[in-house]
Amino acid sequence: MTTLITGKDREETAGRPRMSPRRRRRISRGVQYAVFVVAVVVVGALADWQQLQEQFLDLSVAQRLFPELITVALLNTVVYTLTGFGVGLVLGLVVALMRLSSVAPYRWLAMAYIEFFRGLPALLIFIFVGVGVPLAFPGIVFPGETYGQVACALGLVSAAYMAETIRAGIQAVPRGQLEAARTLGMSHATAMRSIVIPQAFRIIVPPLTNEMVLLFKDSSLVLFLGVTLQQRELTKFGRDLASTTANTTPIFVAGLCYLLVTVPLGYLVRRLEARHAQAR
Amino acid sequence: MADMTAAIEIQGLHKSFGDVEVLRGIDFTVAPGEVVCVVGPSGSGKSTLLRCVNLLEEPTSGTVTVGGVDMTDPDIDLDAMRRRIGMVFQQFNLFPHLNVLDNLTIAQRRVLGRGREEAGRIARENLAKVGLADREDSFPSQLSGGQQQRVAIARALSMGPGLMLFDEPTSALDPELVGDVLGVMRTLADEGMTMMVVTHEMGFARDVADRVVFMDGGRVVEEGAPEDVLARPEHPRTQAFLARVLHPNAVQPEA
Ligand SMILES: Nc1ncnc2c1ncn2[C@@H]1O[C@H](COP(=O)(O)OP(=O)(O)OP(=O)(O)O)[C@@H](O)[C@H]1O
Ligand SMILES: [Mg+2]
Repeated sequence: MTTLITGKDREETAGRPRMSPRRRRRISRGVQYAVFVVAVVVVGALADWQQLQEQFLDLSVAQRLFPELITVALLNTVVYTLTGFGVGLVLGLVVALMRLSSVAPYRWLAMAYIEFFRGLPALLIFIFVGVGVPLAFPGIVFPGETYGQVACALGLVSAAYMAETIRAGIQAVPRGQLEAARTLGMSHATAMRSIVIPQAFRIIVPPLTNEMVLLFKDSSLVLFLGVTLQQRELTKFGRDLASTTANTTPIFVAGLCYLLVTVPLGYLVRRLEARHAQAR
Repeated sequence: MADMTAAIEIQGLHKSFGDVEVLRGIDFTVAPGEVVCVVGPSGSGKSTLLRCVNLLEEPTSGTVTVGGVDMTDPDIDLDAMRRRIGMVFQQFNLFPHLNVLDNLTIAQRRVLGRGREEAGRIARENLAKVGLADREDSFPSQLSGGQQQRVAIARALSMGPGLMLFDEPTSALDPELVGDVLGVMRTLADEGMTMMVVTHEMGFARDVADRVVFMDGGRVVEEGAPEDVLARPEHPRTQAFLARVLHPNAVQPEA
């Protein structure tokens, strides 16, 4: 250690003892804790706890949310998410394969799709599918009606993101895998289907799970389509009940329901990523 | 009939990657049942030559015929031809998401249309042949490099090829695992398999090859019986290469 101190440093240390970096770090940490505690105390003192509890945690209001909160709202959120994810996955795979195609127009089309749907707010797509399409094609009926519309809107948006993820996954599979498969006499399509794509999907399970978390939240955009009572999902349900009860508790509880799903999913993604990093 | 035609016949083969000419006119035949070892310095085009045989690389010009069929003819069924040409890679290229048995059966089933029973039986025969009958449930990541390479050989054999290509099959292996793989290849050669082997294992070339081909700079510089090419090389470049490979610790005279 001492041998590393240059002449100039030694002069300074000798004349005016400076704080060691370790000591400085300890003091800095102490200050940060102090700021945090002060902030908590101030917020706690300023908040109107009575009002907060009445508005956010009114148990009598919360009780009235059940069982529809689970049997209708949460269930619909899950159904919208999963169907949207399914549509997005299939469409995303098609776009990803087009993006990797040796036929240039397919690549252009795929790029255009990705840029278009990534560049627009999801809300706009919802309005387009929910309002624009029925206006433009008066006879059109989505399979499952609202459910079909939502799956379609969520699918269109998420396919753009998933296509890029899937493409990256396919490109991450070593070239030798495709070559080995072709050498065994498999056609390009068979080699992709049974060798490359299954490996690509292993690589992209974490980012795809992330995409599902995003979709889970985006399903709240159903709010902007006309939905019946039985088609309401968490956000719409919470908002409707907040206005009928004149209390914020339903929104707070609906929020908790989202977190109930997204937090474990996020944890799962981190676990998968850690396992993947380990396997490398 | 098959014995009359060459297993591999290469004529005037050129291959360029962009502006770089990697193969500069190769003429070369392999007779049925013959074992040919291709040796030469790194970058001389050995892998490229091998990959042109099953058209993993498309020749820039020249012809490659396998069993009398012109591989460069756009009208042939390339996938059907490749089924008859087994290939073993330096990096094994086993399918990591499938266990050993599935590695050996997937192409049999998807390509040859064999049923699960039959494909499994043939796979087990070939696993036994490479000494890994007890590892059919393992995944590639659970095997040593030498075991993986033997599985890769068994996988190629399960398609019933008439010809096997090996691209430095032991170069990625720890020294103590090389022998097992070479042993399997030796058995194959003894059984009469036609083999084209790119290798740095001069001992294997000397003992097993019917013919050794020395390549340098995209050309065949010298070829002949192993006892001639390896023991009494005529060309100075062959001499220099062999001196480097056989006595890597010797001080090279200043060029
Ligand atoms: N796909 C490719 N694109 C561009 N250049 C390539 C490609 N494949 C090979 N080459 C080049 O061709 C030359 C010969 O490569 P090749 O792999 O055939 O040599 P090799 O004799 O097998 O060498 P090694 O002993 O290192 O495996 C090298 O200079 C290499 O960089
Ligand atoms: Mg090579």
